[in-house]
Amino acid sequence: MKKISIFKKPITQYSLFMPILCLFLVLIVNLIQTPHFFKITIQNGVLYGYIIDILNRSSGLVILAVGMTLVVASSGGTDISVGAVCALAGAVCVAALGTGETYKMPYIAAVLLALLIGLICGVFNGFLVSFMKVQPMVATLILFTAGRGIAQLVTGSFILYVKPKSFTYLGSFIPGVPIPTPCFVAAFVVILTWLVLTKTSLGMYIQSVGINSKASFLVGLNSKVIIFLTYVFCGICAAIAGLISVSRTASIDANNVGLYIELDAILAVAIGGNSLAGGKFSLAGSVIGAITIQALTTTLYAMRVAADQLPLYKAIVVVAIVAIQSPVLRKWFKNLTLKLAPGKPVKEAM
Amino acid sequence: MSKVNTAAPQSNGSGVFKRVAQKLLERNFLLFVTIVLFIIAYVAGLFAFKDKNFGNLQVFLNLLISNAGLIIIAVGMTMVLIIAGIDISVGSVVAVTCMMLAAMMEKAKMEPLPAVLIVLLFGVVFGAVQGWLISYLKLQPFIVTLAGMFFARGLTAVISLEMITVTNEAYVKLAQYKMYLPFGGYLNRKGEMIYPYIYPTVILALAIVVLGYIMLRYTKFGRTIYAVGGNEYSAMLMGLNVKRTKLLVYIINGFLATLGGVAYSLNTLGAFVELARGFEMDAIASTVIGGTPLTGGVGNVIGTLFGVLIKALIETFVSFQGNLSSWWSKIIISALLALFIVLQSLLAMRKEKQR
Repeated sequence: MKKISIFKKPITQYSLFMPILCLFLVLIVNLIQTPHFFKITIQNGVLYGYIIDILNRSSGLVILAVGMTLVVASSGGTDISVGAVCALAGAVCVAALGTGETYKMPYIAAVLLALLIGLICGVFNGFLVSFMKVQPMVATLILFTAGRGIAQLVTGSFILYVKPKSFTYLGSFIPGVPIPTPCFVAAFVVILTWLVLTKTSLGMYIQSVGINSKASFLVGLNSKVIIFLTYVFCGICAAIAGLISVSRTASIDANNVGLYIELDAILAVAIGGNSLAGGKFSLAGSVIGAITIQALTTTLYAMRVAADQLPLYKAIVVVAIVAIQSPVLRKWFKNLTLKLAPGKPVKEAM
Repeated sequence: MSKVNTAAPQSNGSGVFKRVAQKLLERNFLLFVTIVLFIIAYVAGLFAFKDKNFGNLQVFLNLLISNAGLIIIAVGMTMVLIIAGIDISVGSVVAVTCMMLAAMMEKAKMEPLPAVLIVLLFGVVFGAVQGWLISYLKLQPFIVTLAGMFFARGLTAVISLEMITVTNEAYVKLAQYKMYLPFGGYLNRKGEMIYPYIYPTVILALAIVVLGYIMLRYTKFGRTIYAVGGNEYSAMLMGLNVKRTKLLVYIINGFLATLGGVAYSLNTLGAFVELARGFEMDAIASTVIGGTPLTGGVGNVIGTLFGVLIKALIETFVSFQGNLSSWWSKIIISALLALFIVLQSLLAMRKEKQR
């Protein structure tokens, strides 16, 4: 007997099912924990509430997750230097603007300089990975260890503060606009990337290189250049996230900007249902993954968990989420449900 | 192949020696480069810091003393890298080890020995869980150990958010127990003979290196590790138990991570949440500089020992120099890492071409 369904396939088979379910679960827990979770109010002319806070704080992570998704998809490796690149780009921007009452150079020039730094870091990583055939994790390990050191040299090992008020616009609110600026930036990056990937063949190229770079090369794709480009893009994304991060506090602390954020970004990609072995990817999944992680963090803060203890709970959730997605466990569950369900042929379970 | 054939007829003594040497060099090229680099760096240090007693044996021994924990952990990391895995949780495991030891001895007033045993058991269990997730559930090692890293760091904070200093008498005594060497002494200004010393942790670390070398090189299990790392699929077809091997390697690694943590704790005699941050990257970098690539199937714990020593040497240079920021040591190590990585990949590319 066939059930009539509006879906072409079982709902659990959709690639976005798991990420959305995870986010949903986190939000449900929140709703029980704090009943006024979904309330959005307007205070001082800006939107205010848990949801807005999550969207605002997750925007940097969303941007990183987009870059990381492409890196993972094309090379089957991860870029662990993004946190250090965040710090470096932020440090360069702040150092270029100076700590005086006015900017030392035009704001836009400093931003472009920071983006250029991100680009250079990306070029460095990309060159090692694509042309030197170094494993992505090792190649990016170099900047991971050196990046913060260089950032410390740029800032002279001080925490620098930027005084002009306009510097904080990027990380908080532009006067008169009720929505946090980082949300706009994140949306802009996501939409632009999505358009480029779907309206050109680049998205398909990245997938095909990720699935089999040799075969793609034989078909006529320049695999190396495509992998290279994804790393460059990831570097720029990291620089944008770094700019948002320094703008939030109007200061740069090279030790702490973007600390551990590379791990969150990789988790976002994994929770988004993307295989870390490369190949097919879902940008939407990663974005949802990034928001899920921030929602989880905010939830735990709301439950009065100390910031330092946060990782413990995060780890448990992460293992649960990743284990659910494991093909071995899925098969096991499938067999179990087939055995338990009466009237269905058991032999399929074998 | 053709090279061997042409060389075979002329089997005079020097020819054989040359061939053996060539083969040894080819097989251990990266190890060779690491050791030569260490020697060059050390000799350069001798000249550069002549006035600061760099040649003193104690300076060299300090390299070992301050990195005993790292050496132990890097041996475990070498095995993990040989099976083409990775473990980025070791830094946090060191932190939680130190914290557990400190809490058990200070808060619960336990004796050092049971505390250490409990901690080592924790390491075995921790490694077993990670290994099970990686080998039996086929989750990616990076993600699993990433979660392990979060877990251990969070657990450290759960045990105590404040710094704990160890004051247990027996433990402090063990930590400060200097073992004097019978040679290499020098006369100080007062005319007394000062002999260089090491701590027990150094002997522990070197013993682990030797044990690791013997296990990897001469035991069935050690050869299985290489086989699994070289090609998992063909190892399986050969009838090797791939899953169990991987599980065991992660268990050993977990054990060594906590053992290294104990050595680290003997150095610091205290614990706080942010302890040993980035330690996992030190371990990975040292291992890679020591000639163990992340692709698996290749690796050597002797190289790893020298990798750690090179890292330690660079740190010593920076601190001897005096007015350089300590960040420079990170930058130099990264540059060195980059050099080695490029070298490794060039070698791999050459081999590919030869085929």
